[in-house]
Amino acid sequence: MRTELPHADTKALFENVLKDAYPDARGRFGPFGGRYVPETLVPALDRLQAGVDRYLRDPEFLADFHAELKTWVGRPTPLTHARGLSKLWNAEVWLKREDLAHTGAHKINNSIGQVLLAKKLGAKRVIAETGAGQHGVATAAACARLGMPCTVYMGAIDMERQAPNVGRMKLLGATVVPVTSGDKTLRAAVDEALRDWVTDPNGTYYCLGSAIGPHPYPYIVRELQSVIGREAREQILATAGTLPDLVVACVGGGSNAIGLFHPFVKDEQVRMLGIEAGGMGSGLGQNAASLAYGTPGVLQGTYSLLLQDEHGQIQETHSVSAGLDYPGVGPEHALLQLIGRVKYEAVNDDEALAALAECCAAEGILPAIESSHALAGAKRYAQANPGKRILIGLSGRGDKDMPTLQRTILKGQI
Amino acid sequence: MTPRDSISRAIRTAKEKNGAALIAYITAGFPTKQAFREILANVGKEADVIEVGVPFTDPMADGTTIQRSSRVALEQGTSLAWILEELAGIPRESRPPVLLMSYLNPLLAFGFDRLPKAAAEAGVAGFIVPDLPMEECDDMRRALDAEGLALVQFVTPVTPESRMKLLCEGTSGFVYAVTMTGTTGKNVAVPQEVLDYFARVKAISPHPVCAGFGIRSREQVAALAPYVDGVIVGSALVEVIERGEDPAAFLRGLKG
Repeated sequence: MRTELPHADTKALFENVLKDAYPDARGRFGPFGGRYVPETLVPALDRLQAGVDRYLRDPEFLADFHAELKTWVGRPTPLTHARGLSKLWNAEVWLKREDLAHTGAHKINNSIGQVLLAKKLGAKRVIAETGAGQHGVATAAACARLGMPCTVYMGAIDMERQAPNVGRMKLLGATVVPVTSGDKTLRAAVDEALRDWVTDPNGTYYCLGSAIGPHPYPYIVRELQSVIGREAREQILATAGTLPDLVVACVGGGSNAIGLFHPFVKDEQVRMLGIEAGGMGSGLGQNAASLAYGTPGVLQGTYSLLLQDEHGQIQETHSVSAGLDYPGVGPEHALLQLIGRVKYEAVNDDEALAALAECCAAEGILPAIESSHALAGAKRYAQANPGKRILIGLSGRGDKDMPTLQRTILKGQI
Repeated sequence: MTPRDSISRAIRTAKEKNGAALIAYITAGFPTKQAFREILANVGKEADVIEVGVPFTDPMADGTTIQRSSRVALEQGTSLAWILEELAGIPRESRPPVLLMSYLNPLLAFGFDRLPKAAAEAGVAGFIVPDLPMEECDDMRRALDAEGLALVQFVTPVTPESRMKLLCEGTSGFVYAVTMTGTTGKNVAVPQEVLDYFARVKAISPHPVCAGFGIRSREQVAALAPYVDGVIVGSALVEVIERGEDPAAFLRGLKG
């Protein structure tokens, strides 16, 4: 079932990518993407598309967006030369510090942009799903900032493993709804958010947090998150004087990765590496690595690579990181893998936790467990390719992960 | 007569005879795989058309009842292949036309290359796919056309008039007119604006119009009957089956 194309077709898709041809008018990234939703949501997505066409490139909207990014989010985030890791890995390592963005992760870039859009579209309330809680916190904060009621759906299992973020969302004025259906993690939270949206498609704005879902969400999220890659590209050119050899980011649904990768796609000399959650191994149910182990199918509105059985039933996933624990992936990543522009690999739970500890000790930075997957992937590359200049997307900070860290690497120490 | 025409004919015949056709939804493999044939036979005594639900792990258009029945059916190991096998083993003359209600992914996994033939051989007359809007359905419709199978389109209270016309013309079997925005299973009142909406759909549609989502009582069926060709009962029927009650008696009660 694996999607394989003749070389000529792959080449044509690659050229289209270089021409910025995706998503096309049907919301496709080559064979992936699209808009697979119940009929009730079609008019809402049409309205959203009209809003995207009108505002996402509108100078006035962008001025508001960039002003919020600068004065409220704290952008540009720094690019840190990681001297300790560079020495340990025999590489030149740079960290794009999304952990220093307001609320502690890249998610805020998308949330503030989408809530601004929701206001322009006249929405009465905003809903969101969240896995690790970072998108929920970011959306709750953006709604508080812009005066919008906010409801966040969060899987019951995630509420437990990311408890600090639940409290933050409540303080920020959001209603947090525990999701006990399905797998009780991010996928079930998306299903519940979609069910909410179907109930009030006219008054509710669904602020989706990852580069997944029906068109135009993968496009919106990429556009709003691309600020990460644009800044990083300028910063590394200004500081190191040249582009990196490798750009690395972690991939769950793929929002921070697409935001970091997209501005580098046309720099063909820059290799790119996406790191998925390898969990406990390569078996079905042991990981959340849809690009590495998935097959094509439709989940939650988009055609992409999924972890599913031979009957098309979506499989439960495992990752120590709630933010990567999702059985699908953004359609643009599926395309970038298909044409070979980005390579995707899996890093398992233990490797990610070890990289987290190493980054703490060597850099004085506690990264999120999600981001630690990117660190582990970068380390693996550095060991096989000594002396390279590596840019790593440090997508968030790890304070939220303390309950998990106390159960794992800190066990017996405190 | 193509299989899809057997659906519209069954609905029109029942409309003339009883005031409205009764379309009954059951989740295949719920509460057990063993009970499937018996439930299908019982439901078939009263229903004019049967929707057989193919369970899926992520039923995003469904409320809690069908989420629950789908989960149980999957735990029993119910698959599309098994459903088709079971249906193929039941004599067609003994039952009303059957449609499969399935989210897209189990159908993709089965493969559009072999689905239409396997469905036709099992006596399936068509498909209802809640996450396949008109813009994305060309491949599937083309595949189903080869066997004369229906692909039912939905309209909703928020569908703009221009789109409603395309949907009503593009459907086959019938038009699935959703009573309200929301998921399946919530009780729905039948205020005048809802009736006006059905009258609008009916005036546009060359195909029979059937109302679904939230239909649970004889009163609702009676209120809707003058405006539509049929009513669809899903979650309420699944709850009857869940409680171990007789589905045929419940469906008889709806007809008044």
